[in-house]
Amino acid sequence: MLGLPRWFHRWASPPHVYELAERWRPWLGGLALLTILGGAYGGLVLAPPDYLQGDSFRIIYVHVPSAYLSMMGYTLMAVAAAIGFVWRIKLAHAVAVSIAPIGASFTFLALVTGGIWGRPTWGTYWEWGDARLMFELLLLFLYLGYMALRASFEDRDKADRVSAILAVVGVVNVPIIHYSVEWWSTLHQGPTIAKLDTPSITFDMLAPLLVMIAGFTLCFAWLVLNRLQGEIVEREHDARWLRRFAEAVR
Amino acid sequence: MDAFGAIVIRDLKLAFRRWSELANPLIFFVIVTSLFPLALSPDETELRTIGVGVLWVSALLSSLLALDGLFRNDADDGSLEQLLLSPVPVGITAVAKILAHWLVTSVPLIVLAPVVALAFRLPTGALPVLVGALLLATPTLSVLAAIGAALTLGIRHSGPIIGLLVLPLASPLLIFGARATDLAAFGEATAGPLYLLAALAVLAVSVGPIAVAAALRVGVE
Repeated sequence: MLGLPRWFHRWASPPHVYELAERWRPWLGGLALLTILGGAYGGLVLAPPDYLQGDSFRIIYVHVPSAYLSMMGYTLMAVAAAIGFVWRIKLAHAVAVSIAPIGASFTFLALVTGGIWGRPTWGTYWEWGDARLMFELLLLFLYLGYMALRASFEDRDKADRVSAILAVVGVVNVPIIHYSVEWWSTLHQGPTIAKLDTPSITFDMLAPLLVMIAGFTLCFAWLVLNRLQGEIVEREHDARWLRRFAEAVR
Repeated sequence: MDAFGAIVIRDLKLAFRRWSELANPLIFFVIVTSLFPLALSPDETELRTIGVGVLWVSALLSSLLALDGLFRNDADDGSLEQLLLSPVPVGITAVAKILAHWLVTSVPLIVLAPVVALAFRLPTGALPVLVGALLLATPTLSVLAAIGAALTLGIRHSGPIIGLLVLPLASPLLIFGARATDLAAFGEATAGPLYLLAALAVLAVSVGPIAVAAALRVGVE
């Protein structure tokens, strides 16, 4: 690790990252709130209703960002866990742990909003034949497996390393599961769904979506920072720097 | 290579000395499959439509039942630690143990599956494809099972959690295996899903043991 600049090493130091999180958190939270409010206004008021689905399409402004973050979250979690496993950086494990429940929540949100959208569009809350719904469900199971595995170890260090292996195995499998579910649904000649073969979406509809994706990503980062701080406090609860920090705040 | 053979032979010997442990998953497989007609209906056409799915899901579940013994007994009596301490690479040890496990759990299942398939009125023409698909899918399943078993080595009641870990990962096997069998039952070309199963098997057998080895090292500490 010679030759790496000093600032690089500081990223593995809990006090440094804790302080950074403390400084960034309000900005991220505020920015996320503003972006989501702006995107929601654009999506719910400014964007024209869809000529086929009417107003029900507007749920994509929640659904698409959550679905994107559900996959992004798993990838980030696995990358953080792998970094923690290979270089034995405890902070990276803390990041992975912080991401897991948030990623799972976004996965759940994507499933629920998909179901709500499916009711007026397909006539059913749950369509077994849809590949993306099935994939999101399996992804949720992967998140739950990761969290359940962690929870069953008493020793935190061991839980870190064992769950890191699972996260990496899972992230290798995510594309395989994704494509196999996709082929499964195209091979299965289920009920023919009048699916929109998403033609080039008009700019009025797309712009709020992009804003919402940015807002949700900021919100995701904000949530992760919150959890990360809690995780750091839990792991370092008897460290001296933490006591100094707490006294300074008081 | 000597060590590889020695581990396989040792595990096979141990397995046959505790043969009731081997028989249980097979009995479970037969019982589960015979519960479906009781729960649904004995109607022949219906049996034929559900047969493939029942067969694959039951095979998956029964192989889950067998995997707890994969490393547990060795870990309990300390021989796993000795194996990891030996100069043999842990990956080789893992492959040997997975191979032995596959021989004693999957091969009997593959032999038994066509019989159950006939009971479900699957056309005899589909049986070779069923056996082939199982031959291609079970190595991947054994590797996934080994990963699950190695990860949960430090947990006392690992049964339910192994299912949670392994079943989502095994879903592609279920999709392609059942698909190949289904296509064969209708007399259509089955090469596509079979190739995909083979590809997954190659991937699992070549990369999976690394994950198993890493998990074993953490688990034994």
